[in-house]
Amino acid sequence: MSEATDELAIAFGEPSIELSVAGSQVLVAQVREGAPLDVILTADEATATDLARLGVLIADPIVFARNRLAIAVAPGNPQSITGLSDLADPNLTIVLAAPEVPAGRYTAQMLETAGIAVSASSLEPSVRAVLAKVELGEADAGIVYRTDLNRGGVSGVEITDGVNPVTEYFAAALTTSSDPEQAAAFVAFLTTPVAQEILADLGFSQ
Amino acid sequence: MTRVMPRRLAVLAGIGLALLLVPLIGLLIRIPWTGLGGDIAGSGDAVRVSAVVSGLATVVAVGLGVPLAWLLARGSFRGLSLLRAAVLLPIVLPAVVSGVALLAALGRTGPIGGLLDDLFGITLPFTTAGAVIAASFVALPFVTLVAEAGFRGINRDLEEVAATLGAGPWRRFRRIALPQAIPALAAGVVLGWARALGEFGATITFAGNLSGRTQTLPLAIFFELERDPEAAFSLSLILVVVSLVVLTAARRTWSR
Repeated sequence: MSEATDELAIAFGEPSIELSVAGSQVLVAQVREGAPLDVILTADEATATDLARLGVLIADPIVFARNRLAIAVAPGNPQSITGLSDLADPNLTIVLAAPEVPAGRYTAQMLETAGIAVSASSLEPSVRAVLAKVELGEADAGIVYRTDLNRGGVSGVEITDGVNPVTEYFAAALTTSSDPEQAAAFVAFLTTPVAQEILADLGFSQ
Repeated sequence: MTRVMPRRLAVLAGIGLALLLVPLIGLLIRIPWTGLGGDIAGSGDAVRVSAVVSGLATVVAVGLGVPLAWLLARGSFRGLSLLRAAVLLPIVLPAVVSGVALLAALGRTGPIGGLLDDLFGITLPFTTAGAVIAASFVALPFVTLVAEAGFRGINRDLEEVAATLGAGPWRRFRRIALPQAIPALAAGVVLGWARALGEFGATITFAGNLSGRTQTLPLAIFFELERDPEAAFSLSLILVVVSLVVLTAARRTWSR
């Protein structure tokens, strides 16, 4: 999502957007401790709900993009992984995102639904860290967002839609904003055709 | 009694002290004392992993750091100062860089790690051994730095006398130099251990995060902060108290 937010900030134009990019849970902690932010974008509903409970949102969060999970494997898929059930093989080195972060929550939920027990070698602090471990060849496979596969260094294996959750990205203006009107304008901008085209180009769906 | 502390120095020293203590006081204020027992009991695995990893890393760092310190203190060859800088580099490097460097060399696809994997089927990332290596990597320079200062501070005349009496280099090191450097070595052990105990960035980068295997207390605190911030405060207290007790006790021992 960080490539997308870079482009969205440019497309929004004036007033210029300063981005504080971090994992959703880190952003929530920043908001909780009073960071002077205008708008927050989070990668799942749980973090958006946490914020709503803290009473720091001007209006209910809106969904502005959707994604799905996918299996990232080494380029060329040397272990011939064909789907989620292959990840139950204890001889594979598999890394997942930790359940404390949105990607990890979606992953845990998906594996439970599918009834597949994966013995992960590491629960990484972010989905980017999962991707890096696969890219570096330290892990045979990892579960990431489908949009993460759009860059080189890894190959992707699809997960069937039946078990693959639709992940949702939320946006909301914050009460800490020094300019609530512009904050609301940016949130509204995210669902305009211009913004949606940028997101679609990067593989997100509406 | 004459005043030893010029006022302007005292003011700056006070500000420095505040900078160090205010965050710790903040931590104490936010600790949920009633849930403390439960939070700590729930982190048994992390405490155990931290004890094992920091203990073994200290053994490795002392076992390798003392000889290295002796080389730096007594060696005289070209490139010595460059060597010293290289040895101390992990002290100033961000820990995540140390982790990336360890991955590059000792990871499954690295030159050494690949060899270990091919010859012995050993892979270090995601294992407790990997966490020990990460902690040793960052602790070793501290042990070396302090031990070298210790070796430089001792009386060389005694070694020369011993040499004239026929003592070989090992005997001079073992019987003359080492005993004199004990206070510095003790300080090195404690600093190295404290650094290993607090290691975060290299561990999570190189060894990953798995409860009971590579998740040390600092890693547990990092993840707990996202799940239950109050529990993170409780776990931080363990690290602060243990480190404080050891640093104080050790200081007393080596300054006696």
